[in-house]
Amino acid sequence: MLELRSLTAGYDRRAPVVRDVNLTVAPGESVGLLGPSGCGKSTLARVAALLHRPDRGQVVIDGEPAHGWRHRAPRSQRTAFGVVFQQPRLAADPRLTLTQLIAEPLRATGRAAEVTDRVRELARTVGLGEDLLGRRPHEVSDGQLQRACLARALVLRPRWLICDEMTAMLDASTTAALVTAVENYRADSGAGLLAVGHDKVLLERWCDRTVHWDELTRA
Amino acid sequence: MTGPSTGTDAVTGPSTEADAVTDPSASEAAAGVEAASDAAAAAGGAAPDAVPVLSVRGLSVRFRMRGGAHVAAVTDARFELAAGECLALVGESGCGKSVLASALLGLLPENAETAGSAFLADGTDLLTADERTLARTVRGRRVGLVPQSPAAHLTPVRTVRSQLEETLRELTGVRRPELRKAGEAAAERAAFPLGHLDRYPHELSGGLAQRAATALALIGDAPLLLADEPTTGLDRELVDRTVDELRRHVGDDRALLMITHDLAAAERIADRVAVMYASRIVEIADAADFFGEPGPRHPYARGLLNALPEREFTPIPGMPPELSALPEGCAFAARCERADEACRSVPALPLSGAACHHPVAPALEAPRA
Repeated sequence: MLELRSLTAGYDRRAPVVRDVNLTVAPGESVGLLGPSGCGKSTLARVAALLHRPDRGQVVIDGEPAHGWRHRAPRSQRTAFGVVFQQPRLAADPRLTLTQLIAEPLRATGRAAEVTDRVRELARTVGLGEDLLGRRPHEVSDGQLQRACLARALVLRPRWLICDEMTAMLDASTTAALVTAVENYRADSGAGLLAVGHDKVLLERWCDRTVHWDELTRA
Repeated sequence: MTGPSTGTDAVTGPSTEADAVTDPSASEAAAGVEAASDAAAAAGGAAPDAVPVLSVRGLSVRFRMRGGAHVAAVTDARFELAAGECLALVGESGCGKSVLASALLGLLPENAETAGSAFLADGTDLLTADERTLARTVRGRRVGLVPQSPAAHLTPVRTVRSQLEETLRELTGVRRPELRKAGEAAAERAAFPLGHLDRYPHELSGGLAQRAATALALIGDAPLLLADEPTTGLDRELVDRTVDELRRHVGDDRALLMITHDLAAAERIADRVAVMYASRIVEIADAADFFGEPGPRHPYARGLLNALPEREFTPIPGMPPELSALPEGCAFAARCERADEACRSVPALPLSGAACHHPVAPALEAPRA
């Protein structure tokens, strides 16, 4: 269970972006969070992924409240999340090859030995050709880079996936391919999903249930 | 593949009274390059009132890479844009759409080689015009650009208001004290909230940054507007508002080339749709036929539509080929269920229709009125 309890968060304590929001995602459930641009849904996604410390409220991961955020989060909690952001270019270190990019979480957690096998397996899962793996981000398209970013999010086999506008930059076919890859992973692993976005048609097709930002802030 | 996304603001040239749509552009062209006026005679000699706003013929862009390799980003593109028309260029990421836009603005990097021509109505060939002409009379004035990544397009150290006012000063000659009001009017045109005018780009959400960039692009009232993914990161309601504003800008005497992967946005405003795949335009069709009945004729275009969540939501199998290693013949053949021997040769693109040896047959019922 991923529980967000009366979260208030933002970048200025006097003017929080997210006010008193409650949201629960059950294990294996996929929840689509819909909202207009600039409403604060990305901030909420960052808080849920332990990437931004809320001003008030609690994030409870499988019964255990989170105490640290970003690098202060305990590894067991940090690695429970896989996050895919909207803009792959901003989410990828330009100095790394795609192989290194996908393998980075393994190296960071001392599991470098698994790199070769996992990267090859994941490249297949997300539909990246072997010839692309040696390239750096500037040598691939947005769609290809986002596939690599999804592979990176899956490499530690997270229990929770947070997709923040994962497909907003992508064409219809790549969108369908990435959503299929996420759903295959979830069917296989039982991971829960919080997909944030503004495309109602997409999220309703993709997720078990969708909530609108207004419902969250009213409740 | 990212085109250059900086240096596109055309606000560096001397201020000219280029806001009127009629004469100044022509006189500027004459003052700009003499070579262009010959081309003008050639391109516009026959029927002066039917000159398209943009006429692209045989446009190819290749990038020279290290080791003598080449990346063919655009191959033999041909299309025309009439006044009052909106053409949507759609296709998968990395197919060369953005490079095409960069080529039209002379914003390609050093290692690019271009071929073909792209004439504006006044006869300026965008591919051969020199940097001075492009910077002083084309960008922002005759060709407006709504960029792909507004975050990179906006100047990070200046507020949105200051950038709008600078562009207004340079392109329309508005001076204080009217400038403040004009800036706010320009912001409103693109639905940019006035309360955010004094913010810096990093303080804006993706949607607001996009609207700021759109507002900047609309200021010059250019006869040709290039919108490179103008709706990325916007929610549906804002997408509709943004594209409606672009459409409104087109009116009767301007033209819009909208590069997008958002098929819903294309359907909303486009008159015609051009589908690009692996550097080639593979289908040009009337938007109503394309999105409605009889639907796209190229198997790739069909697959793209079927990938939409409101349709079948199934991806096209496989990945597009690398632009550095395009196959002989039809580039889609490897992913196409209709492919056979004939697909070893590149199919030609008819003026309207699909570049395919085995196009999906048009529906048998009579064409719609």
